[in-house]
Amino acid sequence: MFTIISRIFHFGAKNFWRNGWLSTATIAIMTLSLVVSLNLILFSVVTRAATNSIENEIDISVYFNTNTSEDEILNIQQSLEGLSQVQSVDYISRDQALATFQQNHADNPVISQVINTLDSNPLDASLNIKAKDPSQYGAINDYLSSPSIASYIDSTSYNSNQEAITRLATIVGDMETGGWIVTIFLILVAGLVVYNTIRLAIYSNRDEIGIMRVVGASNALVRGPYVVEGFFWGGISAILSLILVAPVCYFVSSHLNDFIPGLNIFRYFYTHILQLFLYQLLFGVVIGSLSSFWAVRRYLKN
Amino acid sequence: MIVFQGVSKHYSGHGVALEDTSFQIDPGEFVSLAGRSGAGKSTVIKLLIGEERPSKGRVFFGQYEVNKLRDNELPAFRRHIGVVFQDFRLLPTKNAYENVAFALEVAGRPQREIDELVPQVLDMVGLGDKTKNFPNELSGGERQRVAIARAMIHRPEVIIADEPTGNLDPFHTFEIVKLLEKINQLGTTVVLATHDKEVINSLERRVITLDKGRVIRDEKKGKYILV
Repeated sequence: MFTIISRIFHFGAKNFWRNGWLSTATIAIMTLSLVVSLNLILFSVVTRAATNSIENEIDISVYFNTNTSEDEILNIQQSLEGLSQVQSVDYISRDQALATFQQNHADNPVISQVINTLDSNPLDASLNIKAKDPSQYGAINDYLSSPSIASYIDSTSYNSNQEAITRLATIVGDMETGGWIVTIFLILVAGLVVYNTIRLAIYSNRDEIGIMRVVGASNALVRGPYVVEGFFWGGISAILSLILVAPVCYFVSSHLNDFIPGLNIFRYFYTHILQLFLYQLLFGVVIGSLSSFWAVRRYLKN
Repeated sequence: MIVFQGVSKHYSGHGVALEDTSFQIDPGEFVSLAGRSGAGKSTVIKLLIGEERPSKGRVFFGQYEVNKLRDNELPAFRRHIGVVFQDFRLLPTKNAYENVAFALEVAGRPQREIDELVPQVLDMVGLGDKTKNFPNELSGGERQRVAIARAMIHRPEVIIADEPTGNLDPFHTFEIVKLLEKINQLGTTVVLATHDKEVINSLERRVITLDKGRVIRDEKKGKYILV
């Protein structure tokens, strides 16, 4: 058994080397397909960053009546934090709101003067709520509308921003769904291209397979070396795809950063290079070996 | 050893290749299958190595009933036979040594035995100095000698040669026939399918003559006679 397995690897490696042109052509096609798959991974990172960036822009602020005590507001904050849809709730007291307001308008002497002439702080205390998912703001707003809480509330930003929040939630959802559909479609296309390339490569070896059968080679010994070749094709293509994508990633990175602040796609690339290589290797090796396995099958009869 | 019992082979749309054919070949014999192109010689060989299945009748090889072998049983069965073809059928990506060694490798024989046997057999067929040459670097006669070396390396009970001299000039034809006779003298049964009159007449061995898929003559010391 060990002898047969070692011979399968030996024949596979030798065929890979001796069928130089065939290997080169197959690797070229597989590399292009793997570049597509690698770009899809990076595209999903960009989409996720863009989605997060949009999501971070969405929140609702709840302004409380000036006669609502801080304890009551903190109780409401606590109850909000207990909701499964809520990611975070920040309390902004009336004093903090005034300080922020003054700071934001320090350059405007008219506003500063008006504020100084007032006897009391006119600003409401507020809670700033972020949901785990943008589509859940409606449910949070419903909770805030319940009679036990609504009586304390002066206004919420949800009602004025409802349309924008709903639209942003739809865009985020559509981007995720669309990303998945495009990814699955392109991976299928890449897989089919690789399978057909390997099928053609093995078709050109059909006479050799016939000779092996006549000499008495078992199915495993006929098929094995081709699976090993597929393994090599996939492995080398995985390495080449990373080498090709790295410089593109480097040049694109700064431009992407202009659109999506905080996103450094090149840093993501080199900090996740091992993980990306393993994905590529898995995709290349699995599809290379399986394609060879299936493509040889039809020549193993008689 | 080899028995054909009322064997017929019909191809849909291509008529009859073999019709109610019966004969027996004993161990150690040298038998020529004679006949024109299309007489059914190659069909007999294909049925014998399990490449085709008969439409009717039974084919026996030793303890095997070949027509009943499943696809996964064929490789082990074929290791009892050595086959030589007109078009040599050598693996183009392997050199002479590797082509011959391949027949032992597929049988799972140890490397030590392969290293010992292959040079001996290549010497025997006169190619001791061309072990590293690839098929495209060898002449037709040399390629056929590599094919014969591959066929005999695992000491099969039978060597089947299907028009082995069809692509060769008279000088190399004579060489190959001498080689097959030598193998037969060492005890291996040889079945030679050919339409070469000179080859059959020079052998003076048993000749089974086929015509239109039927055995029309079977003589112990036959000549090439078609009518």
